[in-house]
Amino acid sequence: MTASAVAQYLVSGLTLGSIYGMIALGFALIYNATGIVNFAQGEFVTLGALIAISCSAAGLPMPLAVLVGVATVTLIAAALEWGAIRPARGASVITLIVITIGASILLRGAAMWLWGPDALPMRSFSGETPISVGIAGATVLPQHLWVIGIVVVTMVTLRLLGERTQVGKAMRACAVNRDAARLVGIPAERMVRLSFALSGLLGSLAGAIVAPLAMGQYNMGIMLGLKGFAAAILGGIGNPFGAVLGGLLLGTLESLGAGLSPSGWSGYKDAIAFAVMLLVLLAKPSGLLGRRVTA
Amino acid sequence: MTEPRDTPEARLSPTRALPRTRPAWFLVAALIAGLLPLGLSDDYAVHLAVAIGINAIIVLGLNLLMGYAGQVSLGQAAFVGVGAYAAAILGTKLGGHISPWLAILAGVLLSAAIAAVVGVPLLRLRGHYLAMGTLGFGMIVHIVMVQWEGLTTGTTGISGFRPLSIAGVSLDTETRMYYLVAVSVLLVLVMASNIINSRVGRAMRAVHTSEPAAGTSGVDISRYKLQVFVISAAFAGLAGGLYAHHAGYVNPDSFGFGYSIQLVVMVVIGGMASIWGAIFGAGSVTLLGEYLRSRQELSPVIFGLVLMAVMVLLPDGLWRGAANALSRLRSRRRPESEAS
Repeated sequence: MTASAVAQYLVSGLTLGSIYGMIALGFALIYNATGIVNFAQGEFVTLGALIAISCSAAGLPMPLAVLVGVATVTLIAAALEWGAIRPARGASVITLIVITIGASILLRGAAMWLWGPDALPMRSFSGETPISVGIAGATVLPQHLWVIGIVVVTMVTLRLLGERTQVGKAMRACAVNRDAARLVGIPAERMVRLSFALSGLLGSLAGAIVAPLAMGQYNMGIMLGLKGFAAAILGGIGNPFGAVLGGLLLGTLESLGAGLSPSGWSGYKDAIAFAVMLLVLLAKPSGLLGRRVTA
Repeated sequence: MTEPRDTPEARLSPTRALPRTRPAWFLVAALIAGLLPLGLSDDYAVHLAVAIGINAIIVLGLNLLMGYAGQVSLGQAAFVGVGAYAAAILGTKLGGHISPWLAILAGVLLSAAIAAVVGVPLLRLRGHYLAMGTLGFGMIVHIVMVQWEGLTTGTTGISGFRPLSIAGVSLDTETRMYYLVAVSVLLVLVMASNIINSRVGRAMRAVHTSEPAAGTSGVDISRYKLQVFVISAAFAGLAGGLYAHHAGYVNPDSFGFGYSIQLVVMVVIGGMASIWGAIFGAGSVTLLGEYLRSRQELSPVIFGLVLMAVMVLLPDGLWRGAANALSRLRSRRRPESEAS
C-alpha cells in the first residue's frame, strides 16, 4: 500500500465525510429544536441533487441551478413542519418520527415519479481535470475541492450566524432548554420551523454539490441519510461540532476501509463503518461529544 | 402491585394498562381466524392473510419491546432474516435430513441467542442512540447475508428446501399454510398477553414510566430489558421461519433496513402497548401497501400521505384512537364524568 494511495483515500474520504457532516448537522438542528430524528433528511439531499441536475440540464448556469434546488427544498422542509409536524405537536416522539418516515416515503415516491428510477449525471462545477495536491503524488478532482470548500464556508457562516445574530442565539437557547427559552420570550415554535428550513437547506446543498461526483437518483437519500444519522449519533446527537466530526470520521473510515481491505472483502466497507460506530458507542454511549444521555 | 388509577396523568401515559384481556376475546379471535378462509374469495386473499399473520407475530414482539419496555429497535428485520435463513439453510445444505420443524426451531433459538449476546452491550444505549445501535446491527447482519456467499449464496437467494408437513400432509397450499400461521399468531398472542400481565410485564411498564423509579424500587432493569429483547427476537425468528416456508425462497432484500422501518411503522400505526393494536397495525399497513402496489406508480406518495395523516389525526394509533373515540362518545352521554 503506497503513501499516495492512502493520501488518495483520505481525500475522497474527507470529501464524503464533509457531505455526511452537513447532513448530520441537519439532523442535529431538528433534534435540538424538537427532540426527534427526521427520517426525511435523506430525501432533502435527493431532491436538492435532482432539482439542481434538471435545472442545469435545462441550461441554467450552475450557481443558479444549485440555488433553485436549495431554495425549493428549504420551502418543502418548512412546509413539512407546517403541514404535518406542527399539527401533531404534543404527540410522542415516536409518533413524530413516524410522520417523518411517512414524509420520506412520500418524497422518495414523488422523486421516482418525476425523475424516473435511473441515475442522472451532473456536470462538475469547473471541469474534470485532476489537480495534483503535491502530497505523495495524490490528485484531486476540482469537484472535491468545491465540496470541501462549500462545506467549510457553510459551517463558518452558520457558526457566525449562531453566535452573532439574535435568531442564532435564540435557536441555541432553545437547544439548551426549550422551556426556559420560551419563558424568556423566545418564539420556540418559530424556531422549530426554522430548524426544519435550515436542515432542508443543508441537506439539499449537500445533495447538489455531491451530485457531480455521485450522480443523482431517487433513492440516493436512503444511504446518505443513514450515514448522516450515524454521523450525528457518532459525534453525540445535538452537538453541531460532533455532527461534523462524526461525518468526517465516518467518511474517512469508510474510504480507507474500502481501499485497504483485501480484495473480495470490499463489499464489507459499509459494515466496517457501522461496526466502528457501534464500537465507539459501546465505549462512549453518548457519542464522542455528546453532553448527556436522554432516555 | 395495583393497576394505575384512571387519573388524567395515568390516561396520558402511553403505558397505561388497558383492562386485562378476557380469555373470551382470544376465543373470539380464534373463531374469526378459523372461519376467515371460508370468507376469502381466492388464493391471493389467503396469501395476504398469511403475510399479515407473519408480520403480526413480529409486530407483537416489537410492540412488547417498544410499547412496554420502551426500547426501540430499528434492526428487527435482521432477526426475521436469521430465522428465515436458518430454516432455508438447514433445509437444503444438510441433504434435507433435518426435519423442517426442527429447522424453524433452530432459527428461533439462534435469533434469541444472537439477541442475548448483542443485547447485553446494545441495551446500554438509550433513546436515539439505541435506535442507531440496533440500526447498525441490522445493517451489518444484512451485509453479511449479501456477502457471505458460501453460506447464504448472496443475492441469488435460497430455494428448494423441504416443505413443512404434519402427519404426512404437506403444507403446500395457501390455506394449509394459513392455518399454521393462524395457530402461531394465536399462540404468540396468548404468550404476549401473559407476559404483559406477569411480573415481567409490570416491571417493564415500570421501566418505561420511569427508569430511575423502577431501579430504586428494586427492579433489575437491564435484566428485564434483555429478556424482552430476546423474546421479541425469538418471535421475529419464528416469523422468519414461517416466511421462508410460505415464500419458498429467501433473499437478503427481504430483510433490509426498509423492512425494519416498516415493522416500526406497524407498531406505531396500530398503537403502542396494545396487543390487539399490534395485529391491527400489521394488518392495516400490509393491506394498504399491497392494495396500493397493484394500483399505480404514485403508490408510495399515497402511502406516505396516508401514514402522515393517520399519525397527525390519531397520534396514539388506530386501535387506541378508536377506543378513545368510543369513550368520548360514552362520556358525552354522561357529561358529569368529564371532571377534568
